[in-house]
Amino acid sequence: MGRTNLETTRRTLLKAAAVAGAGVAAARVTGSVFAQDADLVIYCGRNENLVGALIPDIEAATGLTLDVRYGNTAELAAQILEEGDNSPAGLYFGQDAGALGALAKEGRFAAIPEETLAKVEERFRSPDGVWTGVSGRARVLVYNPNVTDPATLPASIHDLPTAEVGSMGWAPTNASFQTYVTALRVVDGEDGAKSWLEAMIDAGTEVYEGNNPILTAVAEEEITVGLINHYYLYQARKENPEISAENYYFPNGDIGSLINVAGVGVIAGSGQEDAANLVVDYLLGEEAQTYFAQETSEYPLVAGIEAIADLPPIESLESPDLDLTELDDLEGTITLLTEVGLI
Amino acid sequence: MSSPGLADNTDISSLPDVTKRRTTSPPLPLVLAASAICLAMMIPIVYLMVRTIDAWDRVWPLIFRTRTADILWNTVSLAVAVSISTLLIAVPLAWFTTRTDLPMARMWNAILPLPLVIPSYAGAVAMIGMLGPRGIVQKQLSAAGFDWFPNIYGFGGSWLVLTLFTYPYVFLSVRGALRGLDPASEEASRSLGQGPYHTFLYCVLPQLRPSIGAGLLLVSLYTISDFGVVTMLRFETFTRSIYTQYRAAFDRSLAAGLGLILVMMAVGILLTEARFQRKASLYRVESGAARSPRVQILGRWKWPVFMWCCVISLLGLGLPIGMFIYWLATGTSAGQKLDRLPAAVWGSLSMGGSAAAAAIVVAFPIAILAVRYRDSWAAIYERWAYLGFALPGIVIALSFVFVGARFLPSLYQTFAFLVIAMVIRFLPHAVGAVKSALLQVNPNVLHASRTLGKSSPETEMRITVPLTWSGVTTGAILVFLGAMKELPIVLLLAPTGFRTLATEIWSATDGGEFGRAAAPALILIGLSMIPTLALGRRIAESGQHVS
Repeated sequence: MGRTNLETTRRTLLKAAAVAGAGVAAARVTGSVFAQDADLVIYCGRNENLVGALIPDIEAATGLTLDVRYGNTAELAAQILEEGDNSPAGLYFGQDAGALGALAKEGRFAAIPEETLAKVEERFRSPDGVWTGVSGRARVLVYNPNVTDPATLPASIHDLPTAEVGSMGWAPTNASFQTYVTALRVVDGEDGAKSWLEAMIDAGTEVYEGNNPILTAVAEEEITVGLINHYYLYQARKENPEISAENYYFPNGDIGSLINVAGVGVIAGSGQEDAANLVVDYLLGEEAQTYFAQETSEYPLVAGIEAIADLPPIESLESPDLDLTELDDLEGTITLLTEVGLI
Repeated sequence: MSSPGLADNTDISSLPDVTKRRTTSPPLPLVLAASAICLAMMIPIVYLMVRTIDAWDRVWPLIFRTRTADILWNTVSLAVAVSISTLLIAVPLAWFTTRTDLPMARMWNAILPLPLVIPSYAGAVAMIGMLGPRGIVQKQLSAAGFDWFPNIYGFGGSWLVLTLFTYPYVFLSVRGALRGLDPASEEASRSLGQGPYHTFLYCVLPQLRPSIGAGLLLVSLYTISDFGVVTMLRFETFTRSIYTQYRAAFDRSLAAGLGLILVMMAVGILLTEARFQRKASLYRVESGAARSPRVQILGRWKWPVFMWCCVISLLGLGLPIGMFIYWLATGTSAGQKLDRLPAAVWGSLSMGGSAAAAAIVVAFPIAILAVRYRDSWAAIYERWAYLGFALPGIVIALSFVFVGARFLPSLYQTFAFLVIAMVIRFLPHAVGAVKSALLQVNPNVLHASRTLGKSSPETEMRITVPLTWSGVTTGAILVFLGAMKELPIVLLLAPTGFRTLATEIWSATDGGEFGRAAAPALILIGLSMIPTLALGRRIAESGQHVS
């Protein structure tokens, strides 16, 4: 009786939902086909929560309409390679020199004008002028001041496996870590890099999925020290000023304090080169550089813009004498990491 | 295509002879539609082959190394272990909730399928937050003096978490079958003096075999293609290796080689499951008014069984939801921006709804071929439809990037293209459900319609579609749930600027901001629960398979 009515009502509702769904789908499909084109499509491998606030500022300053596609730095690079000449992307914004180098190697980048490039110190951009860093990030050893006296930490990562600092953590699948291993291969050779990795594995280094989990693990005394990028600590402090963690910078130009960059490259043949160059110019301007210093706690790469006060100045970091463009051989690093069984 | 002589005339599921003579081989439009779909299913496979062969010299030494054997062993052992544990959990639960006087059975029927709605990556993060080292549980227990805990990372944790999130596939499938089972044979067994457990083991269980097979098929394919759980819990399977290759190396060739091995594993699973199906009859002899089955009195087992249901629901559903609520409450209000959520909700719903509708439309030709024209081609079509489910999302996504950008630039990165990729990935849900529903359509009704002069398409529209309506909604809901949770396909193929709840969760957890992930995660779970609850009722009413 009442049940039949209910059943009828429910069926009617379901059918209504199906019709509504079909309508939505139709609207979506037509909508997407006739969508308005933006002046520039950015493939952005940096997190929207970190750089999203910058986009309206860029639009206001340049007068361009931007479409930003967020994703993983490496996945977006792979996507541009798979898309071939038809890639909708006009600008690639990645958070790793290795990914930028890989795209440059495949010839996917167009030259950036000299006057734009000149704003950035040479060691933080490609010598061919096809990509440039826009912000810097230093590798550090994060420790817990309640557990570890920084004076007891070794002067070089080469001593880390035998220094008996306690339990250690790293993130072998993390892009920054891999670029770091690439740097190690460039400086120490394949065998040197391999024996360091093996020594670290023998020392029982714990594998984590990313830098943040390592930082948390150190702060919560799950492990003693971890290899991460410097800014994770400052981001975490914004949420919890009391977090028990500090950064340790390996001194004397040790490879352990490598400075990597997040940077941009203009996609060749996209027809959006002019717009892309305007954005690159903006990213190297005072406003954007201040944004990176204040909001993401990174190092600005343009002279005259100060990093936040808690950071040791970039000049004081005796980072290794190394050309970032030499860090484009990620494949070799992957082969090595695979060989030693880390990934 | 099949020749008339090949059609199997003895098959009771086929149309009766009179009709059969008129449609000895499948109608051409049907075959064309199914072929087009299967051709689209080829895209990921062809892509993998192109990429592998492209760099064969470099790929083969990396594939044929001992490490690959280790990963193969990891993947197979995880799939087998998860299959066994979901079987042991889900089959008794299905029996308890349908055939016994379990207290609050209605509630359990609604709650037990719900872990399906938890996205695996978010669920794994929640599990670590709760059970991991320094997680809530360990903190409490170590304060109470415990100092040894099992390691949640690796095989054990992955097994536990995947079991908790996938057992509903088997539960739904077996429960549907139990409800549809004619109790006559059980009654015969009981009247011949067999006890309830003996009856279950030797009389009911064999009849459940096809539904168990269908459920386990989804569980094992899910396990080998899952990325979230094994990554968070650090267990190296093929899918995780494939992701690592893409993310870390832009090395599409080795990833593709590993992907091909994964495809072969999936084919192996599909062939195994086909055996399950072949050995048992899928049909009830009488579809008329079967009596309600006799209710088994649990007696002193009543409360232990009740507690068992509590434990499973608490682990699979309560624990992740509780963890998200905890994060929402204690998490960092610092970066808590909610203004992106309405767009994400709309994105998730419109994409999930469109994918569900499209998958059903696409599933019909394949399911009709599989049920009515059971020649070898139809079987291949149907099995083929399952392959998308076995491939990691990133493989499907990149193959569509490759094909879309190079050959279909006007379609590339449109909403329509995104929906097509989703259909490829989740088609098995739709095909399985529509096929089960079609099996319950009495061919004599179709025959009557045809002899009364109605055309074939009219017969399908007026008889088949209404009669399979409930199966159709079941399939649609499962596709919807899958699409709502999907991540890499959305990231690579959605129109630029498109967002879903899953991409919001990813964006937060990628930066390690679990507090921020909590709101979209809870909304996603809440939205997915509504149709899942409807699904429970629907199956309760219609007594059909979900597969």
